[in-house]
Amino acid sequence: MAFARSDSVQTPPKMPKAIKLLIAGGFGVGKTTMVGAVSEIRPLRTEETLTDRSVGVDDLSGVEAKATTTVAMDFGRISIGQDFVLYLFGTPGQERFWFVWDELARGALGAVVLADTRRLADCFPSVDYFERRGTPFVVAVNCFEGAPVFELDEVKLALNLSQDVPIMLCDARKRESGKEVLIELVKHAYGKRPTTAAH
Amino acid sequence: MNGEWGPDEERLLDAPTIRPYVIARGRTEAQDRFDLISLAVTVRPTTGTEIGLDPEHQAIVRLCRRPLSVAEIAAHLDLPAGIVRVLLGDLFDRGFVAVQQPQPEMDVLDERMYKAVLDGLRAL
Repeated sequence: MAFARSDSVQTPPKMPKAIKLLIAGGFGVGKTTMVGAVSEIRPLRTEETLTDRSVGVDDLSGVEAKATTTVAMDFGRISIGQDFVLYLFGTPGQERFWFVWDELARGALGAVVLADTRRLADCFPSVDYFERRGTPFVVAVNCFEGAPVFELDEVKLALNLSQDVPIMLCDARKRESGKEVLIELVKHAYGKRPTTAAH
Repeated sequence: MNGEWGPDEERLLDAPTIRPYVIARGRTEAQDRFDLISLAVTVRPTTGTEIGLDPEHQAIVRLCRRPLSVAEIAAHLDLPAGIVRVLLGDLFDRGFVAVQQPQPEMDVLDERMYKAVLDGLRAL
């Protein structure tokens, strides 16, 4: 819903529709690199301040004797003509920040889970999270130099992905590669969208 | 944010946290109103003499001459997103900015949106 006031303001200019995409995966897997590669702006950083209560909801082991915790998220933007603007958010890596994930995932069109074959287990929490939440996602295996090369089918098996989840190789540093991943994601999300007939 | 903080609940604050909450005068209840990708645009410039507008409010009004998301405003002003939500709420209530919320449910059903986004990405 667009908030509008009828009194004392000019008609607001037509605003684009904002669309949120998430880039998830383990620490150091290249999330910010991918955001930076495809974003039209230098990646920006925003911070959410959490109370200890919020942080401790799911996992008390991560709570130190500190009243607030700041979670930083890097994000970028891609304008699609005048009508749409995509915001790409790198999700905070630590699992104890599920709270922030919930906010990020709300209304998100879909997510990219970045995987590193040297530390495949690092992306399990992201895969679990989006599966459980029903957020459409694709898995992109970031090709690090010196990382063991697996067949994508093997990775898919190791991640126990359902058959319809797209999986692909990518180079998070390259704009063209990141673009291809996002295109796959939007195509996949389109296929997964709830149709009006289902309601 | 979950909006769980009671108005008179005592909380320990570490130093870097205090300044932003002073700007927001301790209010956190407005944080639920805006998403990180809610877009704000200035519809009425400030004169700089309004009562109750802090420099941070003025900075938002100046920034939002073109539509910017809550996340972008927060990044540009180096303020936590929660504080920007509160300040934006003030500005919205006083008619300085218009805010467009994301429309997830409608968008998800909008076939044209997917097509436009795919075409746009391919054309990058």
